[in-house]
Amino acid sequence: MVYIVRNFFKAIWQVTKGGIGYYVWIAFLLSLIGLGIKTYLDQYEHGLIITAMRDQVPWGFYISNFTFLVGVAAAAVLLVVPAYLYNFKPIKEIVLFGEMVAITAVTMCIMFIMVDLGHPLRVWHLLPIVGTMNFPASMLAWDVLVLSGYLFINLILVFYALYKLSLSKEYSLSMIWPLILLSIPWAVSIHTVTAFLYNGFPSRPFWNASILAPRFLASAFCSGPAIMLILFQVIRKLTKIEIENRAIFKMAELVAYAIAVNLFLLGSEMFKEFYSGSIHKAPLEYLYFGLHESKKLMPWMWVALSFNVAAFLLFLIPKTREDLVTLNIGAVLIILGVYIEKGLGLIVPGFIPDSLGEIYEYWPVMPEALITIGIWASGILFYTLLLKFAIPVYTGDLKFETKKRV
Amino acid sequence: MSQDTNKSPRDRMLDRRMFLKGAVAGLALSALPAGANAYDWEKFLQKHFREMNEAELKKVIERLERETSLEWKKKITISTAKAIPDVKFGYGLDLSRCIGCRRCVYACVKENNQSRANQVHWITVLRFKQGEKWADLENSEKYYSSKLVPEEGAFYMPVQCQQCENPPCVKACPAQATWKEPDGIVVIDYNWCIGCRYCMTACPYGARRFNWAKPDIPQNELNPETHYLGNRPRFKGVVEKCTFCIQRTRLGKLPACVEVCPVGARKFGNLLDPKSEIRYLMSNKRVFRLKEDLNTNPKFYYFFAT
Repeated sequence: MVYIVRNFFKAIWQVTKGGIGYYVWIAFLLSLIGLGIKTYLDQYEHGLIITAMRDQVPWGFYISNFTFLVGVAAAAVLLVVPAYLYNFKPIKEIVLFGEMVAITAVTMCIMFIMVDLGHPLRVWHLLPIVGTMNFPASMLAWDVLVLSGYLFINLILVFYALYKLSLSKEYSLSMIWPLILLSIPWAVSIHTVTAFLYNGFPSRPFWNASILAPRFLASAFCSGPAIMLILFQVIRKLTKIEIENRAIFKMAELVAYAIAVNLFLLGSEMFKEFYSGSIHKAPLEYLYFGLHESKKLMPWMWVALSFNVAAFLLFLIPKTREDLVTLNIGAVLIILGVYIEKGLGLIVPGFIPDSLGEIYEYWPVMPEALITIGIWASGILFYTLLLKFAIPVYTGDLKFETKKRV
Repeated sequence: MSQDTNKSPRDRMLDRRMFLKGAVAGLALSALPAGANAYDWEKFLQKHFREMNEAELKKVIERLERETSLEWKKKITISTAKAIPDVKFGYGLDLSRCIGCRRCVYACVKENNQSRANQVHWITVLRFKQGEKWADLENSEKYYSSKLVPEEGAFYMPVQCQQCENPPCVKACPAQATWKEPDGIVVIDYNWCIGCRYCMTACPYGARRFNWAKPDIPQNELNPETHYLGNRPRFKGVVEKCTFCIQRTRLGKLPACVEVCPVGARKFGNLLDPKSEIRYLMSNKRVFRLKEDLNTNPKFYYFFAT
């Protein structure tokens, strides 16, 4: 019993000690979180009226961020596949950190849903058994199930690996092999179900296109690995962990293919809408050319498109892909490009024009921006603490006591 | 045999539910504002409208009447009148008569206790210019404000909840907080709605409204005769919409919008009664339904009488 308690304090001690840089970083994140919480309490008291959302556009920045982050979480699979199935050694060593990104992203997804709810305390109403979950009719019920399942799977995978490593044991894959295999289709499922969430209703023609789920997956496989590309470089810079360039370049190559598919699918959608020219082209017209006098998203969509194309070229050409400077520029471009395209660029045009033909131009206002920043800061803080704990375990600097060792 | 084994699986299921509810309650302890008392807990743990038995419902209604009366400083009654057997409500709207005066909009606001400051309207009147393409609603104008109606060269189309037989909003709701009653009215349990607004994205008729803020109703104008599933004052953060004036129509009265219409453009009746006016106009007039291609099967019929 004593060693469990002692190990617990050891873990706590590990995440609380650090250099001055570490404390500044944590304090910075905590202040952003504090600002977010303060704004959220304001929203809780006055209602969602403090956001720019209205009946015409009932979903906005929160759901946009949610959608983007589901993609980030799903992309962890891109690391899992080569690591485990093809035994690609350089990636295998870092897959743990990818799975931790997935855990963080899903946690942030849950927070974005919670702040979007009009009655967050009633959230238990949609759970099975305690509430009256509308399963299988509601795609939102499906999303709750697949997202929590995905979170659970990744938690088990990460903590099993860390547990074994902390006891300085080689962790055997055979134990968790079924779970690893399961995590691959499951990652695809979380983004597919999230796409179906929007996809399923003819009331919103922009989302009611069969291409939506494939587009979701393609864009997720652009932004998710790009985020990890940058993270891995940060990790190897700040810690003793060695991550080979080979692994990073391999991921960049995969991103290049994903961007190609994503751009192709966007082109297919453009062709269908503009060539057939039915009234259902209005949302896409709004995005890229503006509808009547409304063109708030237009510049952003062109920025996103040019970012995506530039990133594609940077990742495609071996010379720029295997140069860390141009590679990182490409990674930032694709993350921003997908964030615009799969964020506001996906959610808002679903409601423009609204189902009675009205155009209400949504743009997030300060309170929802602050709450969003707060959630991003808590996600980053969560990942930082996870890393602080996992890295020494991984390198063997942090060992836990067991009964046998006494 | 112990008492437990005598229980039916359903009862044991309920026990498990109660236990889990307790667990949820425990988890929520940290979430509820500090100093929450037993009264708040009762509110928090209130069951789904359709899952309550008679006794539970009676208790909940008593509490809600007390709570609502206290909050709005007016004696408020909340009815739970059930659907009348062999009745399925249908609505007819004569586009050749409507003059776009919006009396229906404001009669509805008053009858159904909609928020005044935020201007929650369950009925939207769309104006179209004659000769323009109109069936897809793209060229509609919702914010027209002329001194006199009808305007020259314009015609009007009021839109409200179409009470679909195949309602996409009910399919969407993750918590079953909205459903179709036996008399065909799509209702919302305002105490069960979590405020996710997924139903609003699913609705092709823009019929659903969200309480972005606490509703603002002048106390002297508040209609104190309410129905649980209808016009009782709503909460901040829940969705609401037209219920065919459930508090009136289940008592045999007409909806407020039908009663107020100065040109008799609005018709209401029982679709199951072959001799009703609504059935007569369905079989004798030129009738259409909005966005028929979506297969939502609305019980709201637009027609041209002249």
